[in-house]
Amino acid sequence: MLLINCPYCGSRPEAEFANGGQAHIARPADPMSLTDDEWAAYLYMRDNIKGLHHERWRHANGCGRFFNASRDTTTDVIKRTYRMGERPEAEHQGAKP
Amino acid sequence: MLSPAIMRSNALSPMQSSSTTAASTTTLSILPDAAKLVFRGKTEAIEAAGAHFGVKPSLEACRFAAVGGRSVHWLGPDEWLFQAVNEDPIEVFGGMSAALQAQACSLVDVSHRSDGIAVAGPTAALVLNHGCPLDLSLKAFPVGMCTRTVLGKASLLLSRSEEQVFHVDVWRSFAPYVWQFLDEARNLS
Ligand SMILES: [Zn+2]
Repeated sequence: MLLINCPYCGSRPEAEFANGGQAHIARPADPMSLTDDEWAAYLYMRDNIKGLHHERWRHANGCGRFFNASRDTTTDVIKRTYRMGERPEAEHQGAKP
Repeated sequence: MLSPAIMRSNALSPMQSSSTTAASTTTLSILPDAAKLVFRGKTEAIEAAGAHFGVKPSLEACRFAAVGGRSVHWLGPDEWLFQAVNEDPIEVFGGMSAALQAQACSLVDVSHRSDGIAVAGPTAALVLNHGCPLDLSLKAFPVGMCTRTVLGKASLLLSRSEEQVFHVDVWRSFAPYVWQFLDEARNLS
């Protein structure tokens, strides 16, 4: 079983966590000014990275908090976990500004 | 009006008699009912809550503090469980919410949501590890530690009150399942 480092509780078994999809996707400040295509892109389109991927996780059966994890999608190794609001150490390839 | 004390029935009461009587060194017992309040708020509010309750809440992750029958369990970075064994939830909640009137925080009475099991004996950790993936050695899970975790298919709050005594707080609908799971496990180990 994988061990995941919760920023609040420390190293804990994978079974306690839930994946929350790609991280750092900001909700558009003014949704009404977006075209349907832009809104659909925000809602549904996600990166499909081979390599370092920044994603949200929730310590669902623990402290209950969301946090971010930088995971290598080829090896499944989680390089780093960090709290909500913090930035990843290395931006992944293809990241949007 | 029906008194809440009459309406309250422990989900585990039918379990005790159905348990195996094999010579396991680990015992299971039903913990007494308690007033249970979930608190969420920032530092100032949690300090006020602790001062009123008479137990200083742990700001360290995954720790609980107890004074007599009252305890405060850390659940998350801004979330604590206040527990008062054998006390009336309505009274405890009323006192707490009056004391927190000036604070920005949330307080929810969850007294009737869960029931408690004590797992005790020299192999209590091993029994729990049949369904809980945490490292329950004294070094990784010392006395005074508490955390929400999983056991089999159920989510629960696990705490270690003594070296050989764990307390499990589990939602009522999962309680019989968890009891049977532990009962089976203690007869395997
Ligand atoms: Zn956590």
